[in-house]
Amino acid sequence: MSTSEKAPLTPVLTKRWLSPQSWRLETYEKLEGYTAMRKALSAAPEQVIQMVKDAGLRGRGGAGFPAGVKWGFMPKDEEKPHYLVINADEGEPGTCKDIPLMMADPHALIEGCIIAAYAMRSHHCFIYVRGEALHPMRRLHAAVREAKQAGYLGHDILGSGFDLEMTVHAGAGAYICGEETALLDSLEGRRGQPRLKPPFPAASGLYAAPTTVNNVETIATVPSIINGGSDWFRAMGSEKSPGPKIYSVSGHVERPGQYEAPLGTTLRELLEMCGGMKDGIPLKFWTPGGSSTPLFTADHLDVALDFEGAAEAGSMLGTTAVQVFNETVSVPWAVMKWTQFYEHESCGKCTPCREGTFWLAQVLERMVDGRGSEEDIDTLLDVCDNIGGRSFCALGDAAVSPIQSGIKYFRDEFLALCESNRPARAAGTVASPEPVPGSDSQAAQPVGAQA
Amino acid sequence: MTVAPEKSDVDVPEGYVKLTIDGEEIVAPKGELLIRTAERLGTVIPRFCDHPLLDPAGACRQCLVEVEMNGRPMPKPQASCTLTVADGMVVKTQVTSEVADKAQQGVMELLLINHPLDCPICDKGGECPLQNQAMAHGRTDSRFVDKKRTFPKPLPISSQVLLDRERCVLCQRCTRFSDQIAGDPFIDLLERGAHQQIGTAETADVLDAASHTSEPDSASAGKSASAGLDSASAGKSASAGGQPFQSYFSGNTIQICPVGALTSAQYRFRSRPFDLVSTPSVCEHCSSGCAERTDFRRGKVMRKLAGDDPEVNEEWICDKGRFAFRYAAAEQRIRRPLVRNVETGELEETSWTEALRAAADGLAKARDGKGVGVLPGGRVTLEDAYAYSKFARVALRTHDVDHRARAHSAEELDFLASRVVSDGGPAGGGVTFSDLEKAPIALCVAFEPEEEAPAVFLRLRKGARANDVKVVHIGQWASPAVEKTFGELLACAPGGEAGAVDGIAQHAPDVDEALRSEGAVVLVGERAAEVPGLPTALHRLVERTGARLAWIPRRAGERGAVEAGTLPTLLPGGRPVTDADARAEVERHWGLDPGTLPADPGRDMTGMLNAIVTRDLDGLLVGGVDLDDLPDPALARKAFDAAEFVVSLELLPSTVTPYADVVLPIAPVDEKSGTFVNWEGRRRPFAVTLDGTGALADCRVLDTLGVEMDTDLFTQTSDAALGDLDRLAAATARAAAPDHPSAEPPAPGDGQALLATWRQLIDDGSLQIDEPALAGTARRVVARMSRATADGLGDHVTVSTDRGSVTLPVEVTDLPDGVVWLPGNSPGSKLRATLGAGHGAVVDIAGGDR
Repeated sequence: MSTSEKAPLTPVLTKRWLSPQSWRLETYEKLEGYTAMRKALSAAPEQVIQMVKDAGLRGRGGAGFPAGVKWGFMPKDEEKPHYLVINADEGEPGTCKDIPLMMADPHALIEGCIIAAYAMRSHHCFIYVRGEALHPMRRLHAAVREAKQAGYLGHDILGSGFDLEMTVHAGAGAYICGEETALLDSLEGRRGQPRLKPPFPAASGLYAAPTTVNNVETIATVPSIINGGSDWFRAMGSEKSPGPKIYSVSGHVERPGQYEAPLGTTLRELLEMCGGMKDGIPLKFWTPGGSSTPLFTADHLDVALDFEGAAEAGSMLGTTAVQVFNETVSVPWAVMKWTQFYEHESCGKCTPCREGTFWLAQVLERMVDGRGSEEDIDTLLDVCDNIGGRSFCALGDAAVSPIQSGIKYFRDEFLALCESNRPARAAGTVASPEPVPGSDSQAAQPVGAQA
Repeated sequence: MTVAPEKSDVDVPEGYVKLTIDGEEIVAPKGELLIRTAERLGTVIPRFCDHPLLDPAGACRQCLVEVEMNGRPMPKPQASCTLTVADGMVVKTQVTSEVADKAQQGVMELLLINHPLDCPICDKGGECPLQNQAMAHGRTDSRFVDKKRTFPKPLPISSQVLLDRERCVLCQRCTRFSDQIAGDPFIDLLERGAHQQIGTAETADVLDAASHTSEPDSASAGKSASAGLDSASAGKSASAGGQPFQSYFSGNTIQICPVGALTSAQYRFRSRPFDLVSTPSVCEHCSSGCAERTDFRRGKVMRKLAGDDPEVNEEWICDKGRFAFRYAAAEQRIRRPLVRNVETGELEETSWTEALRAAADGLAKARDGKGVGVLPGGRVTLEDAYAYSKFARVALRTHDVDHRARAHSAEELDFLASRVVSDGGPAGGGVTFSDLEKAPIALCVAFEPEEEAPAVFLRLRKGARANDVKVVHIGQWASPAVEKTFGELLACAPGGEAGAVDGIAQHAPDVDEALRSEGAVVLVGERAAEVPGLPTALHRLVERTGARLAWIPRRAGERGAVEAGTLPTLLPGGRPVTDADARAEVERHWGLDPGTLPADPGRDMTGMLNAIVTRDLDGLLVGGVDLDDLPDPALARKAFDAAEFVVSLELLPSTVTPYADVVLPIAPVDEKSGTFVNWEGRRRPFAVTLDGTGALADCRVLDTLGVEMDTDLFTQTSDAALGDLDRLAAATARAAAPDHPSAEPPAPGDGQALLATWRQLIDDGSLQIDEPALAGTARRVVARMSRATADGLGDHVTVSTDRGSVTLPVEVTDLPDGVVWLPGNSPGSKLRATLGAGHGAVVDIAGGDR
């Protein structure tokens, strides 16, 4: 982690990351580890929920739903088993916070799970880890083993009478399984496709039992709230978006990485922390929270990156995956790559997302190849309109946001690609199906884009 | 467009809500889906995945509407097929909302971008929901100029269901039907995103073998994928990948497919919907009496579809009902009367006049000799059965009539006379399909619902899924029906069912308790006749517990025949033959002299056959009986050989034909009108589908034959026959309850086993001829036995009696030890014909070589 004089870094979740062998129980225990859970276990579950509510902790998975409120949806009785499921299927393009967290500090997640499970009267917690994240998965397995040996997990934890089992489960590499109900289906061994809601997971989730699905970062934040108290927590960030947040900055900056700062930090501040734009090449566009959040431009350097600020500026906070692109990058090209991602990851359940991404990707590929037309831009926007808000889950909405925002801010670039096609079309030449080396199409794929 | 009225005078009853759709107020029951509420207002919202009998999916997104709750518009258009109505909801459909209209047009355009424009050669073209809704709710042109997704076509999902994947809109109706309704989830979604497709374990193997054709820049994809199709047909026999789509209900997926993605091997490319004439019809196969729609063209039946009858089959039928109809158009069908030439001994075609004369003379002679027995078979309509019943009594002056072309017993006669006949049917408090859906318990005894009455199976499963109906089976093994009804098996030895029923209070007190609750039902199959004491035990059980009892025979005509009195102990309307008042009533009605009807019961089927052999009976009048269905085919052949005179009313040459002196051709169900009485006792009337073929119903043939014998049956038409039957008011007297002893099943010795058997739905039944695609979906023919019984036998077992043997592959199943189960009439396992043995018999078993 780099530090800067001006930028207000607030290492809470990341504070142990640079310690030697930070992932070991020994290290964790030395650095306040497993102290919060002792406090939580001595309180009533309702008190723990109230504390999280008071702190105003909002979900870090993208939607920003208040965690305490979500926990409060769980039934008070225990007619059916309650489940806590951790969404560690981090797959949003640009997002890189949960995986390093589980690598560097798995015990923080485990302690958070114990507290959250206790608060929700759950006795079995599942951590659904993205299948490709092998290394963090090993760390988690080892950490769960350590915690169990130390008596933090299992039967009658620390003599409190509270039991908790923990299962680390590997996904199989589908972006859609980050959608909570698709995750539950996948966890049950079914096709990962989103479920019809209602019933919501709190009523009928995993194995049709009350379930809460929380993001890794959300849960890992909980021990610090228990230890630090809600006032301390609220001292960071804004009134509605309190607390620290891991911003994962990637792309054309000097020092990409995870920067934990209070919610509401701006890109300008983040750029300062990362040593500015790489090689001084100016900023062109960026995403505030992964590819699913509408693009921002250099005009948005001072947008407060919290839930409200990002929304007011026309985007979303998402997962605070700040992807920074400099002037060498073609927007249509980047948008095409993102669209190809969504086409590849669409689960296929609903028509708009399945067919729409298939269509959008083809149009964009054609445009980037220099075979587009102005009408294609209108078609893109209209098809986006027919996907966004019409699909079964939010993947469809996410898929259209790069296109809509890309055309909104950089229409000229799309037009320019079509212009280049105009002489050929006017001359009646049949557009070549394959990109011709040395033709205009190369302009659309700048070398720097692959960096 | 109307504005919502400010003050409402609409009453909202308890359990209902009031909402506004397109400005009109409407009251709807809580929990109703918006799409159906709108439909009641006359607004049809387009849809693909939605089906009223399937759980909501919300997958196709075609039915989007704008919704406002508590004055706040919901931010996104909502799928009206998943949203339930709520009080104060304000809904705008495509009729009043531009947003909804655009959303629907948008989804339609997306559905069409990858849909091939092959409507002119598609079976569905002309009756296609996609076509129709695209015309109503779609754009006039497509903006899609890029590359469509293509797949090699078609993929065989089973021998009778073919899949054209590029036509599929992935609504998942087929997979949801198979999973939810039939319980045969062998068909499912594969892959994801734009590659997502319907498939089975076998087609998944194809996917592994071939790359997708849809890779935009893979020029060779088409080639490699068609290679994949070849490997699909090659791999069909191997089927190493998993279970094939094996379901008795797979045809329904074709019918509910909203596009032409699933087509029937039997019907594919045979006709256009607009060339077909459709008539409502009733299935002639099992005793459920499912509503069907028969489509014909130029005098030929092209296909059968499920009719919509919520009280009976809802919208489903089994594959046998759907596909097994070609027997009526078989090449070998008998279309002209045949009379045996005394000199050559051959049957020769002749005129109706001559044939009827010969038949009448022969029957009269036999009647005046030792008498004539009548065997109408179990596939007759109510009207035809009545004609047989009346013909026997009036023209042949005998009670020697028995339609039971199967195992039967005197005890069964008592059971039918006292517990089944004239129970009033649904109107009289009889058990109905709907009752099965909400019964606290349904106890199936000697009854295999999926094999013997598939519509009953579907209702039991629906009840078990939706209302936790507890389904308990007294049988030998946990058959697929047991599993798919989430049932409990009370296993007993074959023949031990009576003891199992009598002992329920001891060995299954929870079942006994449940049977005492309101609405409990007991379902018994025709196999009960083979188990001594079982009908009596069932009578005792329902008397003791108050549960209601239903008899579910296998053949469509059985129940109607009981009502019509084609039994040696029963006159029409359930009148006991032995009841003098009943006889007098019938004599008056038929215009007979008092005392004409014999006072003693006639002979049953076996009794008649024995009487022929012993020369106590001279002639036989037979209608559609297969000797190999009878309990003792050898005895039957001996009797038919010995009979002085045999008249056979037949559709197709049968095992009886070689013995017949006169063969009179009769009409199949498509070519006549009539009524089946289903197991509920519900009348299922049907009209003629193919008019003017010249084929005559049995009742008409018998009527004419009667005239030749100087009697008048008044059964020239089925209407006349039914009218005559209905003028006989229902009987008042009721026969005594069955009271027969049960027997312990015999103990098999070394190298022996008890035989358990029933027939599979799709087997070698004579109405299933000429339908190879259907035959391809039959269940595997195997011998089932416990691991201990199978021990030392090897892969195959030979089951034998002194008459013959059957060798089949062994499948270890949860049967009681010392029991072997074989299908009754499947290829390689025709038990009556080969072994002369039935359910409960002792057979020899030995390791068999194949």
